[in-house]
Amino acid sequence: MPFARRMLVEERRWLSAEEFTDVLSLCQLLPGPNIVNVAVCVGARYHGIRGAFAAFAGLMTAPFFIILALGALYTEYGHLPAVSAPFRGISAAAAGLVVAMGLKMAASRRLRSAMALFAVITFIGIALLRLPLVVFLLGAAPLSVAAALWRAK
Amino acid sequence: MSEETLAQLAMDFSILSLIAVGGAITVLPEMHRSVVEMHGWMSGAQFADLFALAQAAPGPNILVVSLIGWKVSGFAGAVVATAAVCGPSCVLAFAVSRIWQRFRGARWRAAVEDGLVPVTVGLMLAGGYLITLAADHSWPAFAVTAVTAAVALTTKIHPLWLFGAAGLFGLLGWV
Repeated sequence: MPFARRMLVEERRWLSAEEFTDVLSLCQLLPGPNIVNVAVCVGARYHGIRGAFAAFAGLMTAPFFIILALGALYTEYGHLPAVSAPFRGISAAAAGLVVAMGLKMAASRRLRSAMALFAVITFIGIALLRLPLVVFLLGAAPLSVAAALWRAK
Repeated sequence: MSEETLAQLAMDFSILSLIAVGGAITVLPEMHRSVVEMHGWMSGAQFADLFALAQAAPGPNILVVSLIGWKVSGFAGAVVATAAVCGPSCVLAFAVSRIWQRFRGARWRAAVEDGLVPVTVGLMLAGGYLITLAADHSWPAFAVTAVTAAVALTTKIHPLWLFGAAGLFGLLGWV
């Protein structure tokens, strides 16, 4: 995302810093990968549906083939100790990055302290009780938004 | 691996697409549930490995679904899973981006933002917890996870260095 910001705002000047923040806040709200949403929104803004398609294809095509190539290598050689041993470490590190991302987000100012209860409830519901996400979100998300609305009064 | 599997992939991932508030990480628990627990398409450890590959590789994390699709039904599976997970959310982004700017400063818009953040945080933490359980099978592995998280939180080091160090640890047989 920092790279995306640098390209869009500083190098190409397709968006002002403020417009970028606005697009990003929407894209973080919408379902789907944020960076993909940003690409679609910016593409749509300049060239409508064709722009959205172009931005999406540009963002995804190369990484898609790269990852399949890596996947193929991994399947072919994954059982060799020289591959599987480092991979145990890499998987553990990848998990650590997710944990860090969650904690960073929890510490950010975007999480209002009075609303943290909903984060705890979500963690318990999804991680510990293993509730299905759709069912859980249909209940929890409207409640959380209602609480935010009530607080804003 | 049949058309039935492809249809199942398409259905599961297009639902995920519409509930992935905050991105790929937030639906990690649900992906795990569908791929590992319900369909038994792969083991938890394999799932964690594919996720690690997607994180280490360039491009959006969501490409983990391409790997899952490919693992489950080959190249067609990869295409179907990727299209399914991106399609619905992209259409929504396209539609909403046109009206969103009009509501800048509206109170309900701020409330929607404030209300969804805690849910996203909870989902990310749940994703971290579950992927840790799936990836780590020894106490040194848990230590690698903890140290990686601590370093990522306190420094701005590029993640590839962390993957490199962790891979070296593994290669030396310590994990």
